[in-house]
Amino acid sequence: MRRLVWRAAELVGSTPETATARTLRFRVPGWPGHLAGQHVDVRLTAEDGYSTQRSYSLAGPADGEYVELTVESVPDGEVSPYLTEIMEAGDQVEIRGPVGGWFVWRAENERPVLLVAGGSGIVPLMAMIRTRRQAGSRAPFRLVYSLRGPDWAYYADELRRPDPGLDVSFLYTRTVPEGASRPAGRIMLADLAEGGWPAGHGPDCFVCGPTGFVEAAADLLLALGHASERIRTERFGPTGG
Amino acid sequence: MGGFVSIISRGFHGRRRDEGDRLPPGQYLVEDFPVLSAGPTPRVPPERWEFAIDTEAGVTHRWTWPEFLALPQETPTVDIHCVTEWSKLDTSWEGVSLDTLLENVDTAADYALVHSYGGYTTNLPLEDLLDGKAWIVHRFGGEELQPQHGGPARLLVPHLYFWKSAKWVRGIRLLDDDRPGFWETAGYHNYGDPWREQRYEGD
Repeated sequence: MRRLVWRAAELVGSTPETATARTLRFRVPGWPGHLAGQHVDVRLTAEDGYSTQRSYSLAGPADGEYVELTVESVPDGEVSPYLTEIMEAGDQVEIRGPVGGWFVWRAENERPVLLVAGGSGIVPLMAMIRTRRQAGSRAPFRLVYSLRGPDWAYYADELRRPDPGLDVSFLYTRTVPEGASRPAGRIMLADLAEGGWPAGHGPDCFVCGPTGFVEAAADLLLALGHASERIRTERFGPTGG
Repeated sequence: MGGFVSIISRGFHGRRRDEGDRLPPGQYLVEDFPVLSAGPTPRVPPERWEFAIDTEAGVTHRWTWPEFLALPQETPTVDIHCVTEWSKLDTSWEGVSLDTLLENVDTAADYALVHSYGGYTTNLPLEDLLDGKAWIVHRFGGEELQPQHGGPARLLVPHLYFWKSAKWVRGIRLLDDDRPGFWETAGYHNYGDPWREQRYEGD
């Protein structure tokens, strides 16, 4: 039995993704590696010994002793404002993981994949996209990414760069760029019919986002004829922060 | 961590709250009700709903929706603890105690495998379902239990991490031997006691 131990994790770099989110890169000596889609528990301890922990999805592929998390700052949150605004290179947290053996994509899987992201739900799906690229996988991927507007996109440059075998559609729920053909609005059947795969291709579908989004997207996939067993979901909430 | 110097996160202060002794280690409080599930939400119309207990001897006890609602109802108010670290205090439910459902079930089994519409399973010792510790609930906060929270009915076993409180519950198999369920075979702890912080396999 493999016991998950807490490991010291030192921040070695960070990249802002949006006005409220940043990607943190940690060096975690002894890190056992992970699969795309898995998450970790992060523990923070204050000077006086008070500590608290949160779960975050891993944003990157396995990379030796390095792990990357992308964290959205939750207004008035206890932990996320520290991670996104205060923590500096050289500061430490503890990390335990990887956790979760269900919402994962393995590079040896060659089936078509449909990724459906709502807001910060893109994070574990990005780990799948990056793992696919790193492995030179030929599994065809499509990503449907629903977000408030262009300014809220994580990994925007990387997702716009050509990546053979990966098709990306952005759906904006509130603000659309000038000349956009799709009006602002929540995800609809047509978005998944056009941006996804026909159900007959039998893709593995991974849906991640806030509860309302995941409920809606999973129901739409069922309505399009996708098999319930092929739809894996993971919920993100702004809860608790 | 006894004997080890813990890692301090420089500049982290946190927000201590006074929950008394109601918050298990590593948990934080939420006011809303987050949802976690592995796949699409099954929609089970009450007229097609049934709940069954299968014994190790192969005897099945079944309840239709009207039969289930006709059983004595209880209204537990309990604290719930999710393995993803949130806890919610004083949640109020309505449903039927497992003591009531198991009253006329003849069994010497030690384990229960709970199964749900949609295919989810979770396991626990049978004794954790007895003596006022578990219910099949169909109302939350005075209202019908919504599908995303497990409606029409879910198991409620508040003394274990909340993944044990299977949503969309369909039945319970009583077994002589323990048989790990969905999350229990995906790296999570087999028992899941929040007070002993049994989150993952090996904890």
